[in-house]
Amino acid sequence: MSTRENVGRLLVAGAGALWLSTASAQQGPNLGVEVSAADAAAWDISIQPDGAGLPPGKGKAADGEKIYAAKCIACHGANGAGQPNDRLVGGQGTITQLAQVRTIGSYWPYATTAFDYIRRAMPFQAPESLTNDEVYALTAYLLAKNGIIRERDEMNARTLPKVRMPNRDGFILAYPQRTDRSP
Amino acid sequence: MSKHETSLDVVAGNGLLHRRWFLTQGAALVGAGGLGLMSARPVGAEPLDVPAWMKAPGVPMSAYGQPAKYEKDVQRVVGGTPNVVGNGVSFTPHHRLHGTITPNSLHFERHHSGVPDIDPERHRLLIHGAVRRPLAFKVDALLRYPTVTRIQFLECAGNSGSNLAPQPPQAPCGVLHGLMSCSEWTGVPLSILMNEAGADRSAGWVLAEGGDAAAMSRSVPRAKIMDDAIVALYQNGERLRPENGYPMRLFLPGYEGNMSVKWLRRLKVVNAATMTRDETSHYTDVLLNGKALMFTYPMEVKSIITSPSTGLALHGPGLYEVTGLAWSGLGKIRRVEVSADGGSSWAEAALSEPVLLKAFTRFRMAWRWNGSPAVLKSRAVDETGAVQPTREAFVRERGERMNYHNNAIQSWSIAASGEVSNVYA
Repeated sequence: MSTRENVGRLLVAGAGALWLSTASAQQGPNLGVEVSAADAAAWDISIQPDGAGLPPGKGKAADGEKIYAAKCIACHGANGAGQPNDRLVGGQGTITQLAQVRTIGSYWPYATTAFDYIRRAMPFQAPESLTNDEVYALTAYLLAKNGIIRERDEMNARTLPKVRMPNRDGFILAYPQRTDRSP
Repeated sequence: MSKHETSLDVVAGNGLLHRRWFLTQGAALVGAGGLGLMSARPVGAEPLDVPAWMKAPGVPMSAYGQPAKYEKDVQRVVGGTPNVVGNGVSFTPHHRLHGTITPNSLHFERHHSGVPDIDPERHRLLIHGAVRRPLAFKVDALLRYPTVTRIQFLECAGNSGSNLAPQPPQAPCGVLHGLMSCSEWTGVPLSILMNEAGADRSAGWVLAEGGDAAAMSRSVPRAKIMDDAIVALYQNGERLRPENGYPMRLFLPGYEGNMSVKWLRRLKVVNAATMTRDETSHYTDVLLNGKALMFTYPMEVKSIITSPSTGLALHGPGLYEVTGLAWSGLGKIRRVEVSADGGSSWAEAALSEPVLLKAFTRFRMAWRWNGSPAVLKSRAVDETGAVQPTREAFVRERGERMNYHNNAIQSWSIAASGEVSNVYA
């Protein structure tokens, strides 16, 4: 944050535009190798909040609970209560307090982020080792534990993007709306 | 007052002297560097004998130089996370450094799943998504591209976060504020690669992903990618260190460090932000009302006095150089002011040239300490007119809890003994 004193803003903006015009004129030697869409897909593990990128597969909380007990509980504790590492469950309603508890249930705005992150980075010692069904099941387990979906709800490419997270409206976009913060 | 000093030289309360005092009162004073350099100390009674190292040849040349063995304590301070080796940070020891360039061995670190051992022959940078033709670049190919070289800072959004705790933590400057560094970065402008791939101009975002075990990923506005983003290959003249992204990293000048994705392996042009874990659950700034700011990219105007600071005690009354670093993710530093009376009065510090865009700027202030307790502060203003806020103003918006983008003014308390401590003043 900052306060502001009087400035020559136009001068700054003008200098930036000049630099931009010289940069975009630069040409490269074109040494990239063209990749087929199929080959690119093998690396493409990111999921958009509208569900784009979600793979085939499905899972429910009951299956996720078994995987959690085997592969997650050592770091995240029973029922996602945390310790020694991040707490994943609970904390809803605490974000306004100084002693806030940020979890998937209390803070994360999109359910798709849980699938994306579990698949790319978890378990910590063996990332990208889970099947898509296992990731759907773990996502279902954590959403159910947080009371966001029911135990019987199946998570798949169609249902997961429709899950509305409790803190979905808890964010203010600083870019591009707060233009004084962007260059 | 010394015999050189006049009443005109005193520019603010409690002994701050005009910057011309450094510039005109003899170059030797400025060049000597370090703390306590100008306290008039009588030469001791020890004889000026010829030392042993002048009486025999020294060691021969070396293939890769190392710091003097007497400087072995100048190290990063490493902090980790329980149970997950490789997830944590290390801090640049700014209290033991000077100038503006951070040595590569001391650049701060933040890893989410350790440092990958990447074979450059097997590494690829994939650009795909909303592009005319997806392209994969080998490291050797990128080394043939046109490059730009710029000196710019990198600051973690969590830097200085511990200073938002209810009680001021007593730790060295480099631990309180060590998640920032400044280097000369050389790399390929991303605009060139994006144009070669034929990136869709209507797609506003680019997902950047690292080749580490966390596959750390962030969404970057396409406008930033096309403006001044580079694929960095060199740092301070040598190829990137593994802990700083070898063989290549994204570098986004002025933006929070987490977005300059290390070990860059994939850029996907997309229509909307991907809402990755690191731009939703982390790196969002919670306000006191419970709402959180998202996508707060630039690291805003800030300055820190690096000396004196915690652990660097003053040794008796006399003349001292107060020095520190100032920077802004929105432009150049316009001015730095220093106060020696807890913010009641301020004086303008001298800035070391060159003052560069989105880079550390070293400032200096002459101070005659009278031996009484004092509180030192620095306050920076950047070329957009943004003024560094007080801690009080910052906490009013964010509360006293760990938060990102803390650019509040740092206060150092000097006791009559000369000991320095971190205070909220």
